[in-house]
Amino acid sequence: MNGPFYINGWIGDEASLIFALVIGIAFGFFLERAGLGNAKKLAAQFYGTDLTVFKMMFTAIITAMIGLFWLNHFEILQLELVYLTPTYVVPQLVGGLIFGVGFIIGGYCPGTSCVAGATGSLDGWTNVLGMLTGILLFGELYPAVEGFYNATPIGNITFTKYFNLPSGILVFILVMTALAGFWVSEKIESKTTTKS
Amino acid sequence: MLSSFILKKEHPAPYWNPYVCGIGLGLVLLLTFLVMGRGIGASGAMTSVVASGVNSVAESHAQANDFYKGYLGDGTVSPLKDWLVFEVLGVLIGGFISGILAGRTKVKVEKGSSISTKTRFFFAFTGGIIMAFGTKLARGCTSGQALTGGALMNVGSWIFMISLFAGAYAMAWFVRRLWI
Repeated sequence: MNGPFYINGWIGDEASLIFALVIGIAFGFFLERAGLGNAKKLAAQFYGTDLTVFKMMFTAIITAMIGLFWLNHFEILQLELVYLTPTYVVPQLVGGLIFGVGFIIGGYCPGTSCVAGATGSLDGWTNVLGMLTGILLFGELYPAVEGFYNATPIGNITFTKYFNLPSGILVFILVMTALAGFWVSEKIESKTTTKS
Repeated sequence: MLSSFILKKEHPAPYWNPYVCGIGLGLVLLLTFLVMGRGIGASGAMTSVVASGVNSVAESHAQANDFYKGYLGDGTVSPLKDWLVFEVLGVLIGGFISGILAGRTKVKVEKGSSISTKTRFFFAFTGGIIMAFGTKLARGCTSGQALTGGALMNVGSWIFMISLFAGAYAMAWFVRRLWI
């Protein structure tokens, strides 16, 4: 049995939608468990008082990254079949900056606003409404921004290809970087919490 | 009945350790890669909702726009019968369940103590609009780009992730009154 199961025909469309629902439930559950359905906790990341966002996000990233490395190594998962969003350097850089600004103003990102709404936060639902409105505006303005949206493409590219280094080395570097980041996060938190 | 069920407990349970939750979320993401050959997402589902809304109100208008068309498919199945739409429905259910179990699910407004509820709603809405532009330009959000692409070592996802933190840190000082 070889992954990805869906792409290799092991599961059908209907089953994939049920799987989507189950994955979503687990995703929402862990976000809420960590407190990421709370706007104040999310915003605290950017004032140095609570770095849960960084800690959870990078733990999830390196966990999945290490898992992907070994699943690929033991030929359980064909990594080249996994969908990769193509890279467009400038739109993704500018999009990230805009996203960050919206994040600290609104207090949520798209997934966490849903969790907030589900746990009864009216500001969470307001944020979701804002996003739906924003997507509609983007859609209506799309003909005008299409040129920029499609600017500076460099295709489907990972660090392995970009830096021409073995993926094992890159995974090791990123895991070490994340661990260093966790150590710094704990330092910052202990400083800001003893002060208050 | 429902209101008594979701009534706030005296003391909501403490949040779980962020590293434990991170490992849990990482394994969920890994399982998604293995089973589906794709990652998780959130903003894509919202785009499907908007695109199908526009399509039902003004079909020819939606069909003439490449952005909407990308989310509408060939018309043989509803654009809402989509993997991400089902996943985000799950997120709502999972968040609700976790909140109930911890005594945190109740009607509320999360805001800093120095602003009014009306101000909070204004900024929550405005922030949502701004974030929508960011996520659409970047072709994904914190889930579809940062988490998913981060784990895949996708170059564009890491560009997005670093600049999203930079943007939020740069803006934080100017809007500190909203949160502190």
